[in-house]
Amino acid sequence: MPVARTASVALLGLTGSIVEVEADLSAQLPGVVIIGLPDAALGEARDRVRSAASNAGCPLPSRRLTVNLSPAALPKHGSGFDLAIAIACLAAAGELSTESVARVVHLGELGLDGRLRPIDGILPAVLAAVRAGHDLVMVPSANAEEASLVPGARVVGVASLLDAAIWHGGAFEPRVSDPVPGQSPVEDAPEPTGDLAEVAGNSDAVEAMLVAASGGHHVSMLGPPGAGKTMLASRLPGLLPDLDADEALEVASIHSLAGRRPGGQLSFRPPYEAPHHTATAAAIVGGGSRLIRPGAAARATHGVLFLDEAPEFPRAVLDVLRQPIESGTISIHRANAVATFPARFQLVLAANPCPCGNSGTAECTCAPIVQRRYLARLSGPLLDRVDLQLRVPRVTVAAMRMTDGGGVSTAQGRVMVSAARAAAAERLRGTPWRTNAEMPGPWLRGAGRLHPGSRATTTLDRLLERGGITMRGYDRILKVAWTLADLAGTAAPNAEHVGRAMFFKTGVAT
Amino acid sequence: MAHNTELGRHGEQLAAEHLEARGMSVIERNWRCRLGEIDLVARDGEAVVFVEVKTRSGHGYGHPFEAITPPKLARMRRLAIAWCEQSGAHPTRIRIDAIAVTLPRDAPADIEHLEGVS
Repeated sequence: MPVARTASVALLGLTGSIVEVEADLSAQLPGVVIIGLPDAALGEARDRVRSAASNAGCPLPSRRLTVNLSPAALPKHGSGFDLAIAIACLAAAGELSTESVARVVHLGELGLDGRLRPIDGILPAVLAAVRAGHDLVMVPSANAEEASLVPGARVVGVASLLDAAIWHGGAFEPRVSDPVPGQSPVEDAPEPTGDLAEVAGNSDAVEAMLVAASGGHHVSMLGPPGAGKTMLASRLPGLLPDLDADEALEVASIHSLAGRRPGGQLSFRPPYEAPHHTATAAAIVGGGSRLIRPGAAARATHGVLFLDEAPEFPRAVLDVLRQPIESGTISIHRANAVATFPARFQLVLAANPCPCGNSGTAECTCAPIVQRRYLARLSGPLLDRVDLQLRVPRVTVAAMRMTDGGGVSTAQGRVMVSAARAAAAERLRGTPWRTNAEMPGPWLRGAGRLHPGSRATTTLDRLLERGGITMRGYDRILKVAWTLADLAGTAAPNAEHVGRAMFFKTGVAT
Repeated sequence: MAHNTELGRHGEQLAAEHLEARGMSVIERNWRCRLGEIDLVARDGEAVVFVEVKTRSGHGYGHPFEAITPPKLARMRRLAIAWCEQSGAHPTRIRIDAIAVTLPRDAPADIEHLEGVS
């Protein structure tokens, strides 16, 4: 059989497509030719595959092998096709069963000694294979645990090319080879520790965190150093409920692509990303010329993206977040392709009120213009998308004494948040949205019939009339009011909830 | 070196016999000019065939065919033209073949023949 076929997966962002790998053996001088838009690393498979095959003990025939990767128009990159190429070549040489080879998807990089090395992004690749109807997947043994996380996948982990060839019916002498160890599974991204009850004073801010967690609202916090902004932000992921299976799989897929391989178990806790303010736009949204890697915003999907010292971030970096905040996805455009990552994160911004941080006290050394310029670095369009804008003052002795030991713990908070989220989900049943923050304003006031009535919103209406807020701001206050009502367990927001929501929205406006 | 030269001669002899057995007639052996050497020139019907023979005693250093590199094939093409000019023959078709002869010490010779390699 001079032509043999098998399958592999090409990843573009998080989307995988099945690639057919065909090998043809022709009576020509020896060589391996790879066609079908390979990149440099994939082109090198030519040499890697031949050496690996002969060192593994199943040499390729001394004839010309033409390997075609189709669809030819799809750009392919990386070393993950090595195993599929080697298997197709061996099958073309008549060493393996072509039927067996054709029904398996092969993923993995070959070392020169013929052992299989683990690759990044195995989870999204296996997911794509299963969705395309190929449930039998052969992966390097170091990736087998990760691949098994995909429901419905039948995973064959192999340590070397020889093992793979023997599995496909090749009559080779078995050899024992040590599997290449995978990198030890990364512990869950710096799981923010600490309990909400540890936050002393600042009961407004604690309530705002509960509201943010319940409604999925973005938060900004403005306050002097040491007021507890970072502490509050790191408590937010703990308040969020567990992810469902699909979300957890999506989060794990992104992390797998980013090179943080999940172990044999899905983490159901929402991710927490806190990039440093020297991060570039590419670090936040993702980038790379061939293999497009997800950035911090994509890694924070279904979790929390915390930007500490937000005004210190370059303005361009902050503004790239506007697209994902609006659409929930990030598109990265390259000359030959567009990669799309999910980015449904909850944004938490923290800022000092001025460069020295002591604005409002006698210690502040900043000129008023410096102060204004500092805060103006957070662009209006970005802040406009943040529902909760808090001022976090320094804790006073009285406030500390008042809440001493009496604060809400993370566990209690999570119960409240889950109940509030359930109420919102019940109300939004039959719509594409699940949290209050996702509701579009026009729908809220129009088709959704969720305007709480003019009695509850008298003060808010007056503020709108005076031109104190925009229509978008009005909608955002209504959404927060709904979340407050859900947290309180009432059927609809009353005047008090609306007032409180106005306090959270305009608290920052100076 | 002497061993390898002898091995090569033996291989070329086997290759020539192989060609004759396939109905071709060898018309030149080890034809040399200033460009280099053609191992065998044979006539196959209307075509003149230029043959590069590689002989190895084993595959420890790779298959004999792997030693026939693209530069080597390019030289073969130049040599073929030189031969046609010098011999005055005007063949209607020419072809370049490669023959790999493997001569293990304790087993019969293995001859592999690829036609039209360039």
